[in-house]
Amino acid sequence: MAWCSNGTKESDRPNSKLGIRTSKLKLMSPFLFWIFAVLTLIFGGAVVLNRNPVASALSLVVSFLGLSALFVSLDAFFVGIIQVLVYAGAVMVLFLFIIMLLDIRVEERLRINWLAAVAGVGVAAILLIQIYVVIGHFQSARRTFPPLAGSTTDDVWHIGRLLFNNYNLPFQITGVLVLVATIGVVLLSRREPR
Amino acid sequence: MITLGDYLVVSAILFTIGFAGVMLRRNLIIILMSLELMLNAANLSLVAFSRFRVGADGLPDYNAQVFVFFVVTVAAAEVAVGLALLVALYRARQTTDVADITSLKF
Repeated sequence: MAWCSNGTKESDRPNSKLGIRTSKLKLMSPFLFWIFAVLTLIFGGAVVLNRNPVASALSLVVSFLGLSALFVSLDAFFVGIIQVLVYAGAVMVLFLFIIMLLDIRVEERLRINWLAAVAGVGVAAILLIQIYVVIGHFQSARRTFPPLAGSTTDDVWHIGRLLFNNYNLPFQITGVLVLVATIGVVLLSRREPR
Repeated sequence: MITLGDYLVVSAILFTIGFAGVMLRRNLIIILMSLELMLNAANLSLVAFSRFRVGADGLPDYNAQVFVFFVVTVAAAEVAVGLALLVALYRARQTTDVADITSLKF
């Protein structure tokens, strides 16, 4: 199969045959959507509410897995997979490693600054209400998703083509950013020579 | 059926959870995790809009997914630098509580 090579025409891609069958494949059923949405939100809340940092980190893993299921339900397979690979894999291992390296205890003392707590919850609630009202006035938000012409199982092909053609400069700048982050981490975690 | 608004509401609630975490918690690690939640909420609405905007060729708008790719990359770099700062801070002060770090407080 040469569908990932550069000079391939659109019609040569593998979904041209599968398209008829997969176009009937609608979005994930509402039942599954609500299951994964509730899973994501409950474990997202558990991240904030848990007093044990390890439990928070593991809740974050479950929340990210639910989120990647939501990405897959939107036919964004590549994004769903990098969500699992980068977040549930790399970032969470980094978090757990740091938590266990520093041996951070469960917060025994529950000293709550009530003013800060009320202000924080209040500001968050106001923000949520604002976003909710904006979405309520947004006409397109009441429409369902339009059907796709074919399957999107080759979205890596599309994203890669966009990334290396239209977004070539930002892509290279991102590479420089990752390099700077690597050097910065090495510098920050180096012990001061005495 | 599931509408675009359902995804946007889930994204909004997730963003608010992350925001509340940044506001309420004092542990720096939890604050970093809440930042990740907020970034991912933005990613969810980007992907939802990408799926909603089907082009003439019947495929979703992949520009948004490229942007999600950039967000994920930058977030990973940010977590690495943030945790390195946290380790450096812990080495100097033996704390990860933001209430104990008030040297720059006016």
